[in-house]
Amino acid sequence: MKRRDILKLAGAGGVLLLSGTAAAGDTQGMASNDDALGVLVDTTVCIGCRKCEWACNQANALSSRDSKAFEDKSVCRKQRRPVDDAFTVVNAFDGRRSDGEPSYMKIQCMHCFKPACVSACLVGALRKTPEGPVTYDSWKCMGCRYCMVACPFQIPAYEYSDPLTPRVRKCTFCAERLGEGKKPACVEICPNEALTFGKRRDLVMLAYSRIRQFPDRYVDHVYGENEAGGTSWMYLSPVDFTKTELPALNSRPIPEITETIQHGVFRWFVPPVLLYGILGLSMISMKTGDQDKKEDDNGA
Amino acid sequence: MAHDVAAPVQAPFFTTGTRILAAIAGIGIAVYIFRLIAGLGMVTNLDNQYPWGLWIAIDVACGVALAAGGFTTAALVHIFHQEKYHPVVRPALLTALLGYTFVVIGLLADLGRYYNVWHPMIPFMWQGNSVLFEVGICVMIYLTVLYIEFVPIATERFKGRVHLLGRLSVFDRLIEWAITLADKTLGRVMSLFIIAGVVLSCLHQSSLGTLMVIAPTKMHPLWYTPMSPLLFLLSAIAVGFPMVIFESILASRSFKLKPELDILSGLARFIPVILGLYLSVKIIDLILRGAWVYLFDGSPASLMYFLELGGGVLLPLIILMIPKARGSVGWLFTAAALVIGGVALNRINVFLVAYTPLYATKTYFPSPFEIALTAGLIALLVLAYRAAVMIFPVIALPAGVRPMVVENKNKALAGA
Ligand code: SF4
Ligand code: SF4
Repeated sequence: MKRRDILKLAGAGGVLLLSGTAAAGDTQGMASNDDALGVLVDTTVCIGCRKCEWACNQANALSSRDSKAFEDKSVCRKQRRPVDDAFTVVNAFDGRRSDGEPSYMKIQCMHCFKPACVSACLVGALRKTPEGPVTYDSWKCMGCRYCMVACPFQIPAYEYSDPLTPRVRKCTFCAERLGEGKKPACVEICPNEALTFGKRRDLVMLAYSRIRQFPDRYVDHVYGENEAGGTSWMYLSPVDFTKTELPALNSRPIPEITETIQHGVFRWFVPPVLLYGILGLSMISMKTGDQDKKEDDNGA
Repeated sequence: MAHDVAAPVQAPFFTTGTRILAAIAGIGIAVYIFRLIAGLGMVTNLDNQYPWGLWIAIDVACGVALAAGGFTTAALVHIFHQEKYHPVVRPALLTALLGYTFVVIGLLADLGRYYNVWHPMIPFMWQGNSVLFEVGICVMIYLTVLYIEFVPIATERFKGRVHLLGRLSVFDRLIEWAITLADKTLGRVMSLFIIAGVVLSCLHQSSLGTLMVIAPTKMHPLWYTPMSPLLFLLSAIAVGFPMVIFESILASRSFKLKPELDILSGLARFIPVILGLYLSVKIIDLILRGAWVYLFDGSPASLMYFLELGGGVLLPLIILMIPKARGSVGWLFTAAALVIGGVALNRINVFLVAYTPLYATKTYFPSPFEIALTAGLIALLVLAYRAAVMIFPVIALPAGVRPMVVENKNKALAGA
């Protein structure tokens, strides 16, 4: 083989071209947008009425839609997780209230700015929209469940019981309703205004003004402002967040390291092409020093 | 080269061993069909906490790692021209080809929507941030390359021997011509494919190690490291030759051939070097990250780590440093098996043991169905290998053996 051949292949090598798309992808579609929408959850206001759970099931046509089923507050103590047939749950936690009652925290997808699930999904079935919601296209999905491995909040749930068309299920941030100019179903129904919907930038300001106004009521921390690179949904809490079920995370986006590695390995296709070239050259040079060997032994 | 003539092995396909394997494979196939009909929930112990289980850890991650003999021997012989090792290239290629084929079959069982497995090939779905995308694309292309590399072996088998039955025999010439053409064309460009195979292997072997780096809060610190891709690549390279040795000894035992000790102990000389490199990177990484403190907390994870490193890396490294051990079939086999076990354990550790869900309410253990399917696929792989070496010229028979076999065959034909 001549050197020219190697270069030709390097140029035309579909192999390297394909793998090289990693370099082009970058953080496209994941950039934080100041105008992005979000929700501020004020756990000091939430009364654990579970109306948001019911409204969510309604909006997403999930199976449990009888409002009576949501009157039982005791399940809140069970530390439930969102599942394929319930995208949001309200869990009780000890918020040190003077009346001894528990505080409540609504759990759902955080709609991260740099979502690990989106970065993980190999076919782009999950997508961070500029408006805020992280959406899912079931027809693209392969069902590999890497998104579930990746999510730092353990949110995506899978329809394991469906043999043919299982979907990844999670809060959609009511992307369709937002498109129609409506609020998310849970926000709309909340009787106590524990959930505030708006531009995320405004919500951060709102959160800090509440903290400033009522320093005794809140810890000085807006969860989600910076966690995992920032999330569209944010929380206020009466106690340190380490005492809630939200995971302690620093401000580094979860997919940062894997994306750095991927884009490093494929920077302008250089490393793979270089490796190809080096191997090709050693193949040739070590061969010329070895003239008496058979020529036709390749591939055997 | 006299020692270099590969030929189809003549042996009875069915023995007690293969019958047992066939039974295990049969159960596995039944479970596979059941999985496709009944869904993941019925068959596996996977849930929202543990989205990945045995099938990803063994069928996919171990499968890819243990198929690494294909690219390491190809590099050794075709790129670095260590012609002495030529006889092991074909068996290693066949292992890789079957190994990757079964990785895909195993993966299909795990995918919720297996019929969408081709989606990563559609350009508008490409998602270059995803490690899994790269793994998927590389594996797909590499599998194709492996089949291309196998073509000369298949044509060698059929060249000059095309005899279709009855009327179809008019096509004999045409097919003969097509085979010759394919052979000639491929012969010229095969080097390009061989190098591509090595590059692709390096890419996806390492990327398999990057996969779990996206879950920093769920991974045990002993295995959570940004160095993981390098460690995966090194361990894949390290397990390549041991796989070749392991299989070669097994095959020669099974087919009653003499093991090619000269070649195998030659290969074994490389292993301690790579293992040593792997071990030092692993230790340096543990120290730099400060994760070594977890080694001594007596937890199951720490025990698994010791087992992985002590039994699977250090021990075979020591054994293979001893020239006498490298010259003994028994020790070679033991050391090779240890390395294989160590790398397999590493993959299991990374994908299963190190993974703890944030809100764990249970621990994952594979269901009997999951185990049966995995065991079935492994059994089927071994059977496919046996069938392939009996059909195609893969295993190099020592100069003395081949004529005898041919002679026997001629005798048998004459008798018939
Ligand atoms: S919380 Fe999880 S599922 Fe939701 S956007 Fe973030 S990574 Fe994705
Ligand atoms: S399960 Fe579907 S959505 Fe999740 S990463 Fe895989 S292909 Fe993407």
